[in-house]
Amino acid sequence: MNLKRRILLAACAALWLGAFPVQARDKFIVVASTTSTEQSGLFGHILPLFEQKTGIKVRVVALGTGQALDSARRGDADVVFVHDKAAEEKFVAEGFGVKRQDVMYNDFILVGPKDDPARVAGGRDITGALKKIEAANATSGAAAPRAPFVSRGDKSGTHAAELRLWKLAGIDIEKAKGPWYKDTGSGMGPALNTAASTDAYVLADRGTWLSFKNRASLAIVVEGDTRLFNQYGVILVNPAKHPHVKKELGQQFIDWIVSAEGQKAIADYRIGGEQLFFPNATK
Amino acid sequence: MSGANDVFPLVLEAVSFRARDRTIIDRVSLAMDRGVRTVILGPNGAGKSVLMRLMHGLLAPSSGRITWRGRERRPEAQAMVFQRPVVLRTTAHANVAYGLKLAGVPGAERMARAAAALERVGLAHLAGRPAKVFSGGEQQRLALARAWALEPRVLFLDEPTASLDPAAARDVERIIGEIASTGCKIVMTTHNLGQARRLADEVVFLDSGRVTEYTPAGAFFRNPRSVEADAYIKGELL
Amino acid sequence: MGSFGESLTTALNLIGGADPKLAEIVLLSLQVSLLSVLFAALMGLPLGAALAVGRFPGRQVITVVLNGFMGLPSVVVGLLVYLLLSRAGPLGEYGLLFTPGAMVIAQTVLITPLMAALTRQIVEDAWREYREQLRSLGATTPRAALTLLWDARFSLFVAVLAGFGRAASEVGAVMMVGGNIDGVTRVMTTTIALETSKGDLPLALALGLILVALILAVNAAAHVTRQWALRHYG
Repeated sequence: MNLKRRILLAACAALWLGAFPVQARDKFIVVASTTSTEQSGLFGHILPLFEQKTGIKVRVVALGTGQALDSARRGDADVVFVHDKAAEEKFVAEGFGVKRQDVMYNDFILVGPKDDPARVAGGRDITGALKKIEAANATSGAAAPRAPFVSRGDKSGTHAAELRLWKLAGIDIEKAKGPWYKDTGSGMGPALNTAASTDAYVLADRGTWLSFKNRASLAIVVEGDTRLFNQYGVILVNPAKHPHVKKELGQQFIDWIVSAEGQKAIADYRIGGEQLFFPNATK
Repeated sequence: MSGANDVFPLVLEAVSFRARDRTIIDRVSLAMDRGVRTVILGPNGAGKSVLMRLMHGLLAPSSGRITWRGRERRPEAQAMVFQRPVVLRTTAHANVAYGLKLAGVPGAERMARAAAALERVGLAHLAGRPAKVFSGGEQQRLALARAWALEPRVLFLDEPTASLDPAAARDVERIIGEIASTGCKIVMTTHNLGQARRLADEVVFLDSGRVTEYTPAGAFFRNPRSVEADAYIKGELL
Repeated sequence: MGSFGESLTTALNLIGGADPKLAEIVLLSLQVSLLSVLFAALMGLPLGAALAVGRFPGRQVITVVLNGFMGLPSVVVGLLVYLLLSRAGPLGEYGLLFTPGAMVIAQTVLITPLMAALTRQIVEDAWREYREQLRSLGATTPRAALTLLWDARFSLFVAVLAGFGRAASEVGAVMMVGGNIDGVTRVMTTTIALETSKGDLPLALALGLILVALILAVNAAAHVTRQWALRHYG
């Protein structure tokens, strides 16, 4: 029995040591970012470069923008890196963040079924397209909406952008939405999955779209409208509110990502030869 | 291990046991002494098993007193063997050693006493085998070895051979006889009148929770005084 | 159906090629689930045994609550542990959130009621058989509980394997408290969820097949153990 017990204890120790403390000994920071950014693969490209230069490992927790900022408010992250300028500025104003800086932008695209029931394909006017989609559904019956539209409905940056665009198009979406408007409350990938399987229109970020493999009959129908540009900001979580925040390491990350080197790394990231993110940090 | 006088007599004073509004044992008074082999007889439902458990201390009486040499404290040097042998999922040797461990016997002595007990019941060759795969007879002998190893002053046996074939039953009877001959008091229930005749020195006859007879064995079988006992003997012989 | 065949091929290629990323994910999954089951068993087995043989006020209530907790939704456990371990929460100073340690804690909370409830049932059955004999031999209640736990070790082992299966399949709690961080807290189930949401269904299905194969292997081990034990120990 004694031998068996000793073996068991040794196995447990091996399990525990094998799993965890090695990671605890590294220098690391926790960056709260969004699912769409992570799923675009950007982090997989730029973070190894940062780690090579500074030896700091970056642990990205990918959540919706709302949840990312909330995590930071609770002090569970060192840096936030999201794309909802209004929410970010509010975050800093509340005292949870030190300073907000522009980093890069990407764009949203309107994706829709190839047979394009609302006749919006090829345009550069997003509000025009949204108006056409709403009009197409106003005339069709509830049972078979002519131009269904999938919304993320999860308070993410993408969702916020979508709502802004409906407003810009002069449509009160709360009133206008019907069975054709599918509020899925989900991330970008699942929303695209839903759109693919129901032949619906959906507003997506280009990054997720480019890596999305389950396209079915979906294709890009509207792009290039400047109102579709999606600005990213980075903020250090305020150590005054949360003393444990790794402010030196976090600041190193921020300094790097707005530096020429970091900005170039962002620009170099491509999917299928296409650039996804356009660096625009101010000097 | 001071003198066997230490725990006897075992006295029951107007002991009753009630459960769920039924009186199972009704004001039983007995005084039992050492060395004598006592067999409790009676029809089904008479309460024999309950009476044994009361004496052994597994049940507490609803009223009345049970004393060992005038003291209410239940002595440790006693053991019980049940109709269906209960053995642990380990070797025969470990089963016997378990009882000794509970009794506080130190390691080396445990091993020796366990081995000796198994030898006495004829299970030495199976000492290292898992007890659960033994036959019914072997398991009951193991239970006896476990009890015997504790060197009890009194051994209770509740229909110990009822589940066994005749050959195994004979083995068990022989062992009970040997245990008795070392000075341990035997208190036993059985339905087998032949077995009772072979083993009993005295008989307690229990009917509907009352003791109707408490006599030496010879007198009981030749000339039962109560109607119930008489009917019982005749019934069992049919 | 074509996609299923594609997924199967992808799965076999990943396994056969000993893809290091896959190995890292599988290893972490095993570590987290095994540690959780270990802690859950350390707490759940004594608790279950105590409930089976003990006689104390509130025993019935605790038993009912425990049986209910067997079906705790993992997202609820995840949320509770998240609130506990967050920097803003009572245990925040330990900085456990978004680490494998947090995942172990969440899964332990999830599995312990299961371990305790299964143990209670197993020990209760054994107690019914052994109670009188153990009492006759002079075993105290705590001593009897330990004896029963050892005696029922094979049945308990199977119960522990069931706990492992539950832990390894769980996604809600580990996603929330681990954060699904690449290379740090990404396990099989959270990877499957991630790949599905990215629309990479073949890869997700491939990982799913591997996970299912793992669970089946665990169940096969349970069955074999049971058979071997019955033959050798009765």
